[in-house]
Amino acid sequence: MSGIAVIDYGMGNLRSVAKALEHVAPDARIIVTSDAAEIARADRVVFPGVGAMPDCIRELELRGLREALLEAARIKPFLGICLGMQALFEFSEEGNAAGLGVLPGRVKLFPAEAMHDAGGQRLKVPHMGWNEVQQAAPHPMWAGIPDASRFYFVHSYYVEAGNPDMVAAYTLYPFPFTSAVATNNIFAVQFHPEKSQAAGLRLLANFVAWDGTATGQN
Amino acid sequence: MGLAKRIIPCLDVTDGRVVKGVNFVSLRDAGDPVEIARRYDEQGADELTFLDITASSDNRGLILHIIEEVAAQVFIPLTVGGGVRAVDDVRRLLNAGADKVGINTAAVTNPQLVADASARFGSQCIVVAIDAKQVSAAGEPLRWHVFTHGGRKDTGLDAVEWAKKMESMGAGEILLTSMDRDGTKIGFNLELTRAVADAVGVPVIASGGVGNLDHLVDGVLKGHADAVLAASIFHYGEYSVEQAKRHMAQHGIEMRL
Repeated sequence: MSGIAVIDYGMGNLRSVAKALEHVAPDARIIVTSDAAEIARADRVVFPGVGAMPDCIRELELRGLREALLEAARIKPFLGICLGMQALFEFSEEGNAAGLGVLPGRVKLFPAEAMHDAGGQRLKVPHMGWNEVQQAAPHPMWAGIPDASRFYFVHSYYVEAGNPDMVAAYTLYPFPFTSAVATNNIFAVQFHPEKSQAAGLRLLANFVAWDGTATGQN
Repeated sequence: MGLAKRIIPCLDVTDGRVVKGVNFVSLRDAGDPVEIARRYDEQGADELTFLDITASSDNRGLILHIIEEVAAQVFIPLTVGGGVRAVDDVRRLLNAGADKVGINTAAVTNPQLVADASARFGSQCIVVAIDAKQVSAAGEPLRWHVFTHGGRKDTGLDAVEWAKKMESMGAGEILLTSMDRDGTKIGFNLELTRAVADAVGVPVIASGGVGNLDHLVDGVLKGHADAVLAASIFHYGEYSVEQAKRHMAQHGIEMRL
């Protein structure tokens, strides 16, 4: 088998994603790579990342990975994590940068004026910590994960999906924002499954078993 | 329902072992860092913080091995601080498996480090650690200064203003330790915690002085902390992390249970 490629474009803690995948799939071949040919050979692809959107796009270009990534996102089971979710969309307010445009929608900054809870207490940005992920639709990636399970988030920007049908989960902070999207062979999450203990490991295990369809076996 | 408040057990590590100091001075051995990290993870810790207090440069590299080993087994966020002086130190810790890196003394001597590290790796992984001590006399309005070098050196910087400055330089989170309370077990300095937590837009972790579970509740409800950090109450088995989380939830605090 050709294994799971974790795209390395010089940003973020890829090691923790790879470690978590190794933990849930000890027999799988996990490759952290910035080689377009390796990505093309892999059975499934993970696009992780933390940091800033303009740097992300620039680093992908510098390494010649844009085409390999777009191709993988078209045909293979594909998991975007955090910045790797945001970069799939058309535009980000972070640095007013164009994204990859794989999915319709924009990435927006949590608006300062809205950041208060019901009791009037200020909500901090980045949105950092464990929050509930409300599943919007059944999906093989949610197998064995109770609705409203908590996952670990750390981000200041969020996705506003252009097509409501692709919203796989939402999270309140303080308004509902899109915390997961699913369309065809793509599943992407704003939270960090690799840092979300049992629920996160289960999601990664589901990805390793996923056939890349919304209804398929896992 | 929304974002949960966090409990963060803190492991002070020296020469490869976990220790806990009282007022930053006398140290007691508390065990193997990897074993302790696993135990807290099983108990439901929301994150773990490792402070490398190794004095000799010979043993500095040990923390990298410990973090590598923990990161291969424990899948929650890991913060590592202590002795971070350069962007390269941050890079090495992140590569070893840390998710966030704490910068303390070097933020004072070289504030540009916070900006540089934040620009390079993202503000979400830069935690500025502030050790604060009350300097106002009785009857005066409360004031706290930032101390460095394990609490021995008064920088003359106002702690609240310093926290705001660190936020503007790119800190994604503030770890606030009351030097007056650290190791005393009489509770957080709530006035200090609230003053800083209300002054900045990034999350604040309260630290220093936890002796019982009500202190954790107070840190959130009265100190407005986003997360609470404690060491000795967990290390010596007085309370489990799970007990602490249930206690906080019983007091109306949103927790991950």
